[in-house]
Amino acid sequence: MNWEVFADPATLSLYWEGLLTTLGLLLSSLVVGGLLALLLALALTSQVPMLRWAAGAYTYCIRGTPLLIQVYLIYYGLAQLEWIQARWDDIWPWTMFKDAFFCALLAFAMNNAGYTAEMLAGAIRETSAGEIEAAQAMGMGRWQRLRRIVLPSALRRTLPAYSNEVVMMLHSTSLASTVPAMLDLTAAASRIYSDFYLPFEAYLFAAAIYLCITFTLVGTFKLLEKRYLAYLAPRRH
Amino acid sequence: MSGYYLSILEGAALTVAVSLASLVVAVALGLLGAAAKLSRRPVLVGSATVYTTLIRGVPELVLMLLVFYGGTIGLIHLLESLGLNADVDINPFTAGVLTIGFIYGAYMTETFRGAILSIPKGQMEAAWAFGMSRPQTFWRITLPQMVRYALPGFTNNWLVLIKTTALVSLIGLHEMTYRAKQASAATREPFVFFLFAAALFLAYTSVSLWLLRKVNARYSLGTKKVQL
Repeated sequence: MNWEVFADPATLSLYWEGLLTTLGLLLSSLVVGGLLALLLALALTSQVPMLRWAAGAYTYCIRGTPLLIQVYLIYYGLAQLEWIQARWDDIWPWTMFKDAFFCALLAFAMNNAGYTAEMLAGAIRETSAGEIEAAQAMGMGRWQRLRRIVLPSALRRTLPAYSNEVVMMLHSTSLASTVPAMLDLTAAASRIYSDFYLPFEAYLFAAAIYLCITFTLVGTFKLLEKRYLAYLAPRRH
Repeated sequence: MSGYYLSILEGAALTVAVSLASLVVAVALGLLGAAAKLSRRPVLVGSATVYTTLIRGVPELVLMLLVFYGGTIGLIHLLESLGLNADVDINPFTAGVLTIGFIYGAYMTETFRGAILSIPKGQMEAAWAFGMSRPQTFWRITLPQMVRYALPGFTNNWLVLIKTTALVSLIGLHEMTYRAKQASAATREPFVFFLFAAALFLAYTSVSLWLLRKVNARYSLGTKKVQL
């Protein structure tokens, strides 16, 4: 074992840069993926069969294929389409496909949305009938019921499963390193490995950082659950 | 052109082989881990807990690179210290199977532990009262009943495991994803080849899901279904 390289500020700043990319990717794909998941979950539980079918097909395909292939499809695959090639030089939303960060973000957010939507839809379906009937009896319309009764409770009940999904997402961001021009934590470790030929040290260091982030995330979600799911916990004497 | 599709199909066989071999390792480790966690020896409980916590906290890709690149160097150092001429190449198939098996062993440990805990205690006590030894109790009583409780978690783990095998392409195993990438680099038509590989993965996961549903139906025969 040779840990001297890690005393070098250049090494540490490389890891720091990677850490920032990883956290940025995680946060932005959770936000975008979360919004997409909310829409998909509403489609999955809607009364329109067509919407249900389309959202179901989307989540089925996303959850049935590896994330690595989804990343490749967006990063390498879309560039092949002439329709996009014709646009990505100057027409706004398409110019972003030249940005590696955007491609990775798109792949992760779409993947995250597929998994989160199914969880959220499950929680929406399990809302107890009495709560909805009470809301109807109060004269609330469909959107009011959704906004005031169903969603607040469903979002809370999704928390425990969602914390697993967030940890999975953190681990998934390591796939950003498979795309050239992306320097996340794993890519930083790979660079140290190839520069100094120290695979054990380089990847162990990255693994330790990932472990710390995982523990922090799990701890944060425990606190959130304590706060937002307190009403479901057994009463204490 | 069709040669590339054939090559990807050949890679699919390797994907199936890697996933099944990893599953065997994962189930074996999962059973050992569950046994360790349920034993009353602090050393065993502690080491199994460290194993499941550490493995589930680190990305699969990082672990795989650690085992593949780190393992090679570790072996070279080990052989050199033994005075042997060191020239080792870890085969990507072995490295992939060991890493994926090792990772999913941690997830299986939790699944199996939960399943064993779900079996009513009276079942095992009755078996001991009949004079069965601990291994006999496990094979005759615990294992057959555990399958039912473990299947939902097992199904999830298996589907995630299948998708993880795509990562083995990154350490140079010529499976589906690797060949799709080669084909797309050679033809400059990445979209179709990655879509083809994705469709094959989707078929693999769908068939697995269908089969495991059948198994689940078979093992749930004796249970009563209640509609809420």
